[in-house]
Amino acid sequence: MSAKRLQQLVEALSRSARHFNKSEVECLIKLFDTLVTASGDRFGAVGFDRNMFRDTLHRAFGMTDDMVMDRVFRTFDRDNDSCISVEEWVEGLSVFLRGTLEERIKYCFEVYDLNGDGYISREEMFQMLKNSLLKQPSEEDPDEGIKDLVDIALKKMDYDHDGKLSFADFEKAVRDDNLLLEAFGPCLPDIKGSLAFEKKTFKENRKL
Amino acid sequence: MILEVLSNLNESMILSESSVWSFSDCVYSLRCPLSIQGKTMGAALARAAQWTAAGYGTGTLQITPLNEALLNQIIKFAEDFSTRHPQEAVVVFKEPLEWKTQLGCSAFGEGYEIDGATVKSEAKDEDGQPLLLLTASNLRVRNFDQLSRLLQIAMEKKLKEAQACLEANRDPIVKILGPEYGTVEGEDKSMLHLLEKVKQGDDPETEKKMKIFILLHQLDMQLLNSSLKHISQDIRLSPAAVNNEVNLLKNFSGKGEDTVLESLEYTSDYTFSNGCRAPPWRQVHGEICYLIIKPHDTDPLCITCSTAGVFLNGGELKSKGDIDYERKSDIYKDIVTFLRERSPRFVENMAKQQYTFFKEPTYEKNYQRVEVVDAKVSGQSQNHYDYTEKSVHEKVKSSAAKSKSTDKKKLEPSMKWKNIGLSAARSAKAAKNVNEEQRRSSSMSTKIKKKATGISSESVKMQSSLKCKISDKSEEVSESSSETEEDEEQPVRHQEGNTDLPSEYWGIQKLAKYLKGGNPTATVIALCSMRDFNLAQETCQLAIRDVGCLEVLINLLDTEEIKCQIGSLKILKEISQNTLIRHAIADLGGLEIMVKILDSPDKDLKCLAAETIANVARFKRARRTVRLHGGIKRLPSYRLAIRTEGMIENLVNNLSSEHEELQMHCASAIFKCAEDKETRDLVRLHGGLQPLSVLLGNSENKQLLAAVTGAIWKCAISGENVSKFHDYKVVEALVGLLTDQPEEVLINIVGALGECCQEPINRAIIRQCGGIPPLVKLLTGTNQALLVNVTKAVGACATEPENMMIIDRLDGVRLLWSLLKNPNPDVQASAAWAICPCIENAKDAGEMVRSFVGGLELIVNLLKSKNKEVLASVCAAITNIAKDEENLAVITDHGVVPLLSNLANTNNDKLRRHLAEAISHCCMWGSNRVTFGESKAVAPLVRYLKSNDPLVHRATAQALYQLSEDPSNCITMHENGVVKLLLTMVGSTDETLQEAAAGCIANIRRLALATEKAKYG
Repeated sequence: MSAKRLQQLVEALSRSARHFNKSEVECLIKLFDTLVTASGDRFGAVGFDRNMFRDTLHRAFGMTDDMVMDRVFRTFDRDNDSCISVEEWVEGLSVFLRGTLEERIKYCFEVYDLNGDGYISREEMFQMLKNSLLKQPSEEDPDEGIKDLVDIALKKMDYDHDGKLSFADFEKAVRDDNLLLEAFGPCLPDIKGSLAFEKKTFKENRKL
Repeated sequence: MILEVLSNLNESMILSESSVWSFSDCVYSLRCPLSIQGKTMGAALARAAQWTAAGYGTGTLQITPLNEALLNQIIKFAEDFSTRHPQEAVVVFKEPLEWKTQLGCSAFGEGYEIDGATVKSEAKDEDGQPLLLLTASNLRVRNFDQLSRLLQIAMEKKLKEAQACLEANRDPIVKILGPEYGTVEGEDKSMLHLLEKVKQGDDPETEKKMKIFILLHQLDMQLLNSSLKHISQDIRLSPAAVNNEVNLLKNFSGKGEDTVLESLEYTSDYTFSNGCRAPPWRQVHGEICYLIIKPHDTDPLCITCSTAGVFLNGGELKSKGDIDYERKSDIYKDIVTFLRERSPRFVENMAKQQYTFFKEPTYEKNYQRVEVVDAKVSGQSQNHYDYTEKSVHEKVKSSAAKSKSTDKKKLEPSMKWKNIGLSAARSAKAAKNVNEEQRRSSSMSTKIKKKATGISSESVKMQSSLKCKISDKSEEVSESSSETEEDEEQPVRHQEGNTDLPSEYWGIQKLAKYLKGGNPTATVIALCSMRDFNLAQETCQLAIRDVGCLEVLINLLDTEEIKCQIGSLKILKEISQNTLIRHAIADLGGLEIMVKILDSPDKDLKCLAAETIANVARFKRARRTVRLHGGIKRLPSYRLAIRTEGMIENLVNNLSSEHEELQMHCASAIFKCAEDKETRDLVRLHGGLQPLSVLLGNSENKQLLAAVTGAIWKCAISGENVSKFHDYKVVEALVGLLTDQPEEVLINIVGALGECCQEPINRAIIRQCGGIPPLVKLLTGTNQALLVNVTKAVGACATEPENMMIIDRLDGVRLLWSLLKNPNPDVQASAAWAICPCIENAKDAGEMVRSFVGGLELIVNLLKSKNKEVLASVCAAITNIAKDEENLAVITDHGVVPLLSNLANTNNDKLRRHLAEAISHCCMWGSNRVTFGESKAVAPLVRYLKSNDPLVHRATAQALYQLSEDPSNCITMHENGVVKLLLTMVGSTDETLQEAAAGCIANIRRLALATEKAKYG
C-alpha cells in the first residue's frame, strides 16, 4: 500500500471509526495487511473471508461459537460481499472493542437477528440457545429445556408481548439490566481479551 | 383468675400448682405457663387467695405494659357495665369493694352528697345505705352502677383506682356475689350451685347474679386469651429447670422393671456459676448441659439440653472425651417429651409413676422465663432480639446440615462450570423428588401423629424424622422465622405450609435448573429472570435457599464468568437482607469468595461484592471471616470508590429521605468517608451540610444522632464546612445536646465542637450558649476516645482569653493536668496540647502552674515517653511553662535540659519544631545553654535546618540563636556547617527566621573576630 493511500485511509477512517485515533487506525490497517498477506493472498489482499475472520476472532478473542462468529462476520461485512474490507475491519472493531452501550446494543441485536428481519424470533433464540444446556440423556424431549429457556427469555425481554424481540424490546431489556447485552451468546470480547488485543496491536505495531 | 394472670405476669413463675390437672396430660401441663385450663372463676379465685398467702412480693401490681393492657380491659368492662347491663348493674354486692382511693371529695359532683371529707351516693340500697361511701380516703362501692360512675369520675386516674381496687380486693367475686361463689380447690361447683338456685326459680336476684357471673367469666376468658399469647412465647428451659427434671427422673431411674430409665448422668460434674454445665463456648449457643441417658429399651442416648429445648446430639467422641455437638434430632421441649418419643418403655413406666412423679411440689417452680438464662449464659445483658437471631442461626445451621445430608449424594458435584457434568441433570430431578416426598409426607404426618405415642420405637423415630422435615419446611415457608414452637401444638400450620407452597417457589425452582445445568449464557438469562421475583420477600429468599440455589449462586462467584458473578451478586445482595440467608451464605463459604472478588478489575463486580459483604457481615462470625481473609484491607479502598463513583451525592440526597434508618446509614457512611478531604468537599458541594444540621433536631433516635454527629464531626475538619455549619447554627445545636447522651454520641458531638472551635467565632458562640461548663465537666470522664475529643475541644476554647477565664474558674486546667497521668498516650498528648493555650491565655499562668503540686515534675517526666505525639505536645507545653522564669527554674531542677537533649536526634518534623522551641525557651535560665551544649543537643539541631518544613527552620534558628550565646556552642555549630545553612535563611521572607538566623551568624562571627583578635591582635 502506498504511503499516500495509507494516509488517505487513515484520514477517512479516523473520522468514520470514531473510537480510534489516527495512530491506532494506522496500527489496525497494518494489522489487517499483515493478516491478509499471511493468509496467502487468495483474495488479492482485498480483505478477510469468513474463515480467516473466524480464525482471527478465535485467536485474538478466544471466541468459539461458530454460529456467533458467522454472525459477527455478517455484521462486520456491511456491504454483504462476503469479504471484510479494511474499512469494514476498522469500523467494525471500533464498535467491537470500544463501542458505546448504544452501539453495542445495536451490534448485538444485529448479531442475534439471524435472518436480518428486524426481530429476534423464538426460532432464532432456540437456534442460539440450543447448546446452552447440557444434554440430559434421561430427559424425554431434550429440546424441552431449551424451549422453556426461550420462554423465560421472552418473558423477561418481550415487553410488547408479540412473541418476538424487536430492537426496542431488546434495547429496553439491556438498558434495564446490562447483563442481557449478550443474552444469546457471547459476541463481544471480554475485558481481558480486548485489553490484550489493544495492547498487542497498538503498542507492538508502533514499534515496527 | 384475673388476679392470677396479673400475679403471674409480675412473678417470673410460670407454673402454678396443678393438682387439678389430669396426670395423663402431665407433659403438656408442665410447660403450660398458667393454669389456663378453662376452669371457672371459682378455681381461679381460690388461687387468688394463694396469691397473698404464698407471699408473692408485696401484693402490688407492677405497671408493666401487659398488666396495663389487662387493667384497661377490666376498666372498660366495668365502665360499660351499667349501660350494657343496666339490670345487673344495680344488683347490690354481697360485700362492698373497699379500697384506698386517691380521689378527693371534690371529684364527686351530681348524684353525690358531700359532707366534709365524706361522700355518699344519692342512690341507696333497700336498707337506705348509700351504694358508694367515701370516708377520708376509704372508698366503698356496692354495685356495678356505682363502679361505672366512679371510673368515669376518676378520668385519668382510672388505672390507679382499678389497680388499687384489685390489690385491695383479692377476691372480688366472693365480695360481689358471695362466698358460695368461691370454690374449693380442685372442684368448681359455683356453676352447679347457681343452676340449682335458678331451678328453684323463686329469686329473681339469682338470675341476675347468674348473669353477672357469666359476664365475669367471659371477661376472664378474654383477659386470659389476650395475655396468653404474650406469656407463652417466653418459655424456655433454664439450668434450674433442667436440673430439676434430671433430679426427678433420677429418682425414678435405676435397676429394676418399673423404673422409667436405667440411668441418666451428666457428662460433666462441673457446674458454672450460672448453673450451666456446657463449656462456655457452647453456652453462647444456648446450651445448658449434656446428658447420657440409658433407657431400658434403646441404646444410650447422648442429649443436649439447651434453652431452646432438648435434642439428640452426635454422642460422645471417644478420642477426646468430648461431645459431637451437632444436633441430630428434632428439638423437644423437655427431657420427658424427648424420652416419650424415644422409649416406649419410658412411656409405659411413666404411666405407673406419674402420680408420684408429678406431685413433687418443687418441680413447677423451675420453669423460668428465658431472659434470665440467656443473660447469664452470655455474661452480658442480651436482649430478646439477639436471642432470636441466635436461635435462628442455630436453625440455619441445622437446616444447612440437613440439606447437606439429604442432598449430598445427589447434589454433591460442584456447580462450577468445569465439572458440571451430568450431575446437574440429576440434581434437578433430585430436587423434584425431594419435593414430592415432602408433599407426601405432609399428608402422612398428621395421620401418624394421631396414632398414640410410642407403639414401637421405630415408628416413633419415623414420625420424628418426618416431622423434622416438615417442620423445617413449613417454618421456612410461613413467614415467621423467629420461634421454634412445639410440633404438637401446631399440626395445622404444618399442613398449610406444605400444601400451599407459594407460586414463587416453583418459579424459582424452574430457574434454578438453568443455573445448575446451563452454560454461562443460559445462566445469565436465568439470573436476570430471577430478579423479577420480589427478592425482598422472605418467601422468595427462602425458596432460593431451599431449592439449593444458594450453593449455586455462591459457586458462580468462584467462576471466571464476570457476567455470572455479577448476576449472582445482584441476587445475593438482595436476599442477604434476610438473617437466615446471611448465615447460610457464611456457612457456605460465600464470604471468602466475595473477599477474593474485591481484587477483581471489574468495578461493578467489586462494588456488588462489597455491598453484599456489608450485608452478610452483620453478625460477628461473619465479620471475623471477612477479617481473617484480608477483607478489611481490601474494603477501605471503597472509601475511594464511594467518592469516585458519585455515591456522595446519593448519600446526601438520602439524608433528606423519610426513612430514619436510611438516613442513619447515609450519615454513618459520610462519617466513615469524610476523613478524606475530597469527600468533605463533595458533601458540601452536594448540599449535604444543611440536612445534617437539620437531623440534629431528631435527638430521640440515638443511633441516628450518633451517625449524624459523627458525620458533622468529620465534615467539620474542613474550614469551609465549619463556616457553613456556622450559618446553620450547628454549634448552638451541638452544645444543646451535650447533656444526657450516650457516650457514643457524646464522642462525636465533642469531636465536632473541637473542630468547629478552630474558628474563633465558634469559640465565642460556645461560651455564649454555655457550652464550656459541660465540656469541662466531661474532663472527669473515663472514656478514652471521649477524653481525647474533650481535651481537644477544651484546648480550642482556651485560645480565647474570655473562655479561659471560665475554664480557670471551673478548675479545668487542673483537670487537664491530671489527664497527663492517664495511661493512654492519645489522652496524654491531647491533654498536653490543650494545656498550651491554657497557659498562654490564663491570667497569672505562672502562679497557676506552680499551684499544681507535683505538676511540673509530672510533665517533665513525660519527656521519657516513647510516643512522638506525646513528646511533641509536652515540648510545646514546656515551651509555654518556660515563659515563666520561676517555673523554668523548677523544671530545670527536674532535669528538663538533658531530657530535651536526648530527643534531639529525631526525624519527626513536628517533634523537631516543638523541641527546638522548647530548647530556645529553656536557654533563658542559668547555665542551661552550656548544659545543652554538653549534652550534645547542638549538632543535631543544625541538621534540622535541612528539613523541608519552614516552621522547623524558624524554631531551630531561634534555638540556635539562643545557644550561640555560648562560645563552645558556636564552635560546634560552625563545625557542623551552620553558617552556610543560616545564610540562606537570612534571605527568607519570614522575619522572625531572618532575625534569628542573622543573630546567630552575628554571634558566630563575633566569636571568630574575637578569636582572631586574640590570636593576632
